[in-house]
Amino acid sequence: MTSRGHIWLRALTDQAPQIVSGTSTVLYADAVLNEETARFITVVPDAENRFPRARNGEVGLDEGWGLAAILRDTMRADQGGARRPIVALVDVTSQAYGRREEMLGIHLACAAAADAYAAARLGGHPVIALLVGKAMSGAFLAHGYQANRLLALDDPAVLIHAMGREAAARVTRRCLQEIDELGARIPPMSYVLKDYAKLGLLSGVIAGVAADDPGADDVARVKQELVAAIMDVRASTTRDLGCRLTSPEARDMRAASIAVRQKISEQWDMR
Amino acid sequence: MTQGLSAQSFIELRARERAREILDPGSFREILGPFDRLVSPWLPLQDIVTQADDGVVLARGTIDGVSAVVAAIESAFQGGSMGEVAGAKIAGALEQALLDHQKGIATRAVILFESGGVRLQEANLGLAAIAEIHAAIVALRQYVPVVGVVAGMVGCFGGMSLAAALCSRLIVTKQARLGMNGPEVIEQEAGIAELDASDRRLIWSLIGGAQRHATGLADDLVEDDVTEIANAVRRAFKDGCPDLHRSADVDGYRAKIAAIDPAVALSPVELRQTWGTK
Repeated sequence: MTSRGHIWLRALTDQAPQIVSGTSTVLYADAVLNEETARFITVVPDAENRFPRARNGEVGLDEGWGLAAILRDTMRADQGGARRPIVALVDVTSQAYGRREEMLGIHLACAAAADAYAAARLGGHPVIALLVGKAMSGAFLAHGYQANRLLALDDPAVLIHAMGREAAARVTRRCLQEIDELGARIPPMSYVLKDYAKLGLLSGVIAGVAADDPGADDVARVKQELVAAIMDVRASTTRDLGCRLTSPEARDMRAASIAVRQKISEQWDMR
Repeated sequence: MTQGLSAQSFIELRARERAREILDPGSFREILGPFDRLVSPWLPLQDIVTQADDGVVLARGTIDGVSAVVAAIESAFQGGSMGEVAGAKIAGALEQALLDHQKGIATRAVILFESGGVRLQEANLGLAAIAEIHAAIVALRQYVPVVGVVAGMVGCFGGMSLAAALCSRLIVTKQARLGMNGPEVIEQEAGIAELDASDRRLIWSLIGGAQRHATGLADDLVEDDVTEIANAVRRAFKDGCPDLHRSADVDGYRAKIAAIDPAVALSPVELRQTWGTK
């Protein structure tokens, strides 16, 4: 089956996806959004990936550094001109788990991607992450979590979490049913998008689109949401992630995150 | 790197004392201390006892007379894992240091890593906080080096290993371990043939501080000694930001990774020979 990242890259852009050189899994393409060219980037599975531990849509060594490369290329191309919007289409199953990956510094490869996304955001590119599938753990930190705005399709296969459900059950010695019950009670533990949305990190949830086979109306809807998010970023005076603390949901669910910052500010300088 | 008579282990210290040793003598002032009682709102819901500092000590003070903040992770609480409050303390401190720089105050930032990564009981809020730590490091290091220390014995894993990789300067001891996935996680996800997590010698040879330093993935290898570590931190600020941060050296590292043939076995010793700079 074609991956969600691939499906949406083809649906949202006007040209054949290009492969970032040196990878077989990092794809990009451009499209006009609201009269300006936007760059779309995604990570796709490849059963023939030269690194066996990154064949199912994981972010591995080539993927982390490949993302960093295309982002840095995009920033260089726009230097001194208009900073084009960058859209990360997120469908990443996890970071690659392997001995070789660890030895060769997969933590640095993923950091390089996060660094490049953050640099693009700080450099004035509106960066939007559109969650179309899995957004798991370290892979999401590398690909998407540094965006100015996070949007998600309202679809059961859109999954955001720090650890896979089965692995979490193993590690915490609970059964899957207990994991789900816990999630229903404690929103940050949940594997359900509607609970993630309660945390106030998302700027929008796009309902009613056919995530596996988007039609023209679906594509138009999603583009409309992307344009709105880009305009929202351009209208903002800041380039940080502050909007994740100011949404009405965040004021409630991330009250502790807000209180910590308030107290740091109060106690920072000697009274 | 010989230890003098007055050698004192850094690893044996708790987070609060570690932070104190990094700052100029007498300048330590804890903020958001235990009396503020900013504890995790999520652990009590799971019948887990909270800790008054949520496992992160924030200290203000000076380093060589310059305004500084140290964020020290306490591994004795929940393995140094990042929950909402612990993560917000680190991110918030770095954000405040950034505000200082925008006001013309050259506040220095040090992170003492000792973390297994996300705290699973606060899963998505831990992960979100880690993303905010990454954002703050990248923003702050435009102005001042962000210095990371991985001393041991927990090491630095998960999303916090990315934070360590984003630091301008990374100081490690040979007792440190730095990796994205803990050995147990790799064994569980990829099988014991991929990695035997009980083979401690192998683990150290792959992700230990000495190997990280020898392959260029850490900047300074120091003895487990408070004076040596504090001096290394001071040196890092004297040297200033690198011309190119390691995590932004895309061309350099892409060439190194491209030269790797995954079909050919590669030992940690061989990697030292090809990647080593020392």
